[in-house]
Order: sequence, then structure tokens, then C-alpha cells
Amino acid sequence: MTELSSGQKQYLHRQIRRRRIVRVSRVLILLSFLFVWEFTANVGIIDSFIFSSPSQIALCFWRMMLDQSIFLHIGVTLYETIVSFLLVIAISILVAVALWFSDKLSEILDPYIVVLNSLPKSALAPLLIVWLGATRTTIIAAGMSVAIFGSILNLYTSFMTVDPEKIKLIYTLHGNRFHALTKVVIPSSIPSIISVMKVNIGLCLVGVIIGEFLAARNGLGYLIIYASQTFKLDWLLMSIVLLCIMAMGLYSLINLLERIYRKQL
Amino acid sequence: MEQILELKHIHFAYHNMDGETPALTDISFAMKEGEFVAIVGPSGCGKSTLLSIIAGLLEPEKGLIRINGKFLRESTTNIGYMLQHDQLFEWRTIYNNVILGLEVQHMLTARTREKAHELLDTYGLKQFKNAKPSELSGGMRQRAALVRTLVLEPEVLLLDEPFSALDYQTRLTVGDDIGQIIRREKKTAILVTHDLSEAVSLADRVIILTKRPATIQQTLPLIFDLEQDTPLNRRNAPEFKTYFNLIWKELNTDD
Repeated sequence: MTELSSGQKQYLHRQIRRRRIVRVSRVLILLSFLFVWEFTANVGIIDSFIFSSPSQIALCFWRMMLDQSIFLHIGVTLYETIVSFLLVIAISILVAVALWFSDKLSEILDPYIVVLNSLPKSALAPLLIVWLGATRTTIIAAGMSVAIFGSILNLYTSFMTVDPEKIKLIYTLHGNRFHALTKVVIPSSIPSIISVMKVNIGLCLVGVIIGEFLAARNGLGYLIIYASQTFKLDWLLMSIVLLCIMAMGLYSLINLLERIYRKQL
Repeated sequence: MEQILELKHIHFAYHNMDGETPALTDISFAMKEGEFVAIVGPSGCGKSTLLSIIAGLLEPEKGLIRINGKFLRESTTNIGYMLQHDQLFEWRTIYNNVILGLEVQHMLTARTREKAHELLDTYGLKQFKNAKPSELSGGMRQRAALVRTLVLEPEVLLLDEPFSALDYQTRLTVGDDIGQIIRREKKTAILVTHDLSEAVSLADRVIILTKRPATIQQTLPLIFDLEQDTPLNRRNAPEFKTYFNLIWKELNTDD
């Protein structure tokens, strides 16, 4: 271990201080928000029937945990999101590969994909209910519909921007287009696949919640709609908090995947 | 000696919606086994196109190419190609980069693996086998790229300005280095370059192309009276300047 110079020490000290300020401020914002909310609700500045309060939400969560109904709702939403996410990733990789293989195909399909991508997908949900019924399949399809077209476009673009000289190398080694795909295009696109995953996990959750609004008997989306219609604001806000936590958890799961990939590189 | 490579009346043009751009017109030359030919010409004259045609990456519009007496299509002779940049894949180790061609050609056997290790050892890359390309210097990377080509045991080597991406000092040493490796392995080689001194220091014969559409303007055999004919010795020989000026003049006469 070498002795650090005083300049380096000062620098390190400043960085550590900076990081501490950031961390403490983050926690402080959350705590003061919760405190103000709780306080104003308790003394009657805001109407706790409409705005609920942190303690009521926590109590509500505790009760639903005791009768175990909350696990069903979280589980259903989580399951639907993950299934639609995995399907989106698998299908969009397959389609992007097909488009990459045939530039004729990609030229033919280009306007269709662009139109489908810019369409507001929530408009499709009622149609899906009619076609597929008010079932879990509908909700998974709704989740997929939000993410899939953008995902295909992003992956295809990343496949097409691979250095042509690298592909030429494969041909000079007497490889074919399939080798170019497996040895160059896919390995060099893994960072973009991961970033597409990061976007998609959030989008799938959006789609699933839209689907649950319209066609579900359980799940957090159902809970939100049910609570708003029966004025159970505790339920509604609790569901939103749970969604926040779920979105954060799923996102950090993919972050973890990225870190494992980076380390292994 | 046996003629390993023969080009006859090669024509080639690029096409797009705006029209046609002729790149090569009536290129003919032949090479003996073990010969080192450099091709020079004004930039954009179609030098690289010519290499791509010999490698079979592009189809000539007219003319024929024979390798070891067989047409290019039917030939089983392995042709190695070295690109301008080393194109080592960052997601593979040096060893895994070197065996890429073997993987692609389904030739990965105990014997060829052994050969890859041998070549890496011979050319000073032993301790870098498990390193990532980014950990190597430019010269070492170019060596690794050469080993990747040599492990396929090509009879003809095509070098497409393989040193142009390196800085000047590295270019000199790597050029000499790679040149000597090719001589030692007794490979037939075609070097495309815009660096005249590189051409004069490495080749047995220089083919000078005209501006696009390129034809062969002149072929110049290089004869050096040296005990040890290495690229470095050539650079110091009196003939070097003569040949350099000769080629320079040829390149500038067609205006």
C-alpha cells in the first residue's frame, strides 16, 4: 500500500463528503414528505378521506397482509409483467434477426412497424378484450403491445449499426451470414439488448396495469380501479406505492444482470 | 516456377441509382509461389476492390481468376485476408480471436488448436493468450490479427493497408515485422498500400495502378543487392531512393 499524497487525500475526502450529502438529502426528502403528509392529515389541513395518510396506508397494507389478499394481487401483476417482458424480449430478438437477415423484408415491413410503434397502445386494450376475453392472456398481450414494436425497432437499428468491417472479417474468414450473426452481430449488440430490456420492463408494467384496469379480477391495476370506484383511497395509494417499489425492484434486477455481464467481459 | 495466381482481363464497376462507377478495367497479372507483390495507386483507384475480388468477396463483371490452375469458384486454396484495422473482438480473448476462423470453418481440432498455440508462442504473444485485445499495443494487435489469418494456413495472403491505422513509428516496426514473418512462412502475398516506402521495402514487385477506372500503368520489379534482404536494410540501401522516385514519377505522369 503506497502512501497517498495530501492532494489525493483531499480529493477522496471531498468525494466521500459529496456522496454522503446526496444520500442523506435523498432520505431527508422522503421522510419530510411523509411527515408533512401525516401531520397535515392528522390536524385536518387536508382531508384524510381523499388524501389518506402514510399511517393509514401502512395499516391498510398490514391488514391485507394478514388476510394474505395482497400477495395475490402483487403476485398476479408481477407474473403478468414478467411473462410479457420475457415474451417481448424473445419475440423482438427473433423478429429483429429476421429483418437483419433480409433487407428486402425489412424494407417491406418498415412502414407497418413504424405505424404500429407510434399508435397509442392503450387503444388496443379494449380490442384485445373482445378478441381474447377478460383473461390473463389479454393482460399479458396488453403488456406486450406497449413494448414490442419499439423494442423491435431499437434492436434492428442496433443490429444494423454493427461495424461493417467486422462483418467483412467474417466473410474473409470464409464465414457466411449466419456466422456474421452469431459471432459478430449478437455479441456486439448485447449492451443494446440490455438497454432495451431496461426500457421494456417499465413499459410492460404500464401495459399490464392498463390491461388490469379493463379486464381483471385481481392484480394491482384491478385494485386501483376497484378502490377508486369505492372511494377506498387507502387501497388506491397503497397500490401506487407498491407499484413504485415493484418497478424499482424489476429495474434493479436488470441492472444487476448488466453488472454481471460487465464483470464477465 | 508454378503460377499460383493468375488474373485475366478483370473488369469491375459499382452500380447505384445515379449511375455506374467503373472501378477496374482490364487488370491482368500473374504471381509465382512465394512472391510478394505490392499494389500502389492514387487513393480511391480501386486497389481494395481488386483485393476483394481476389478474395472472392466481390464477383468481377468480366475476366477470370485462376488459383493453382483452378477457377476461383472451384478452388479449395485458402486465401487469407488482412484488413486495415485488426478487428479483434473485444468480447473474446486473444486466443479466442485467433481461432475465430477455425470456428467459422469448422476446423477446430486438437491439431489446429495446437497450431494456434504454436503460432502465438512463436510470434511473442504467449503471455497475452488470455488477455483482452484492448490490453495489447497496436503492433501486438496487428500480430494477433496476422496469426488469426496464418492459422488457417492460407497459400495466398492479401494485405489491405494493414498498417495504415498505426502511428508512423509503430507502422515502420510493425511493417518490417509482419513483412519478415510473411517471408519466413514463405507466403505468396499481395499488399495494397498508398505508402510508397512501405511498398519498396517489402515487395519483390510493385504494380502501379492508374486513376479510376484503374488499369495497370506499370509493373516494376525490385532488385536489391543486399546480403540480408530485410525491410530495414532495404530502407538504407541506395536503390531504395531510386525505386521510390521512379514510382513517384509514374504515379504523377498521367495527369
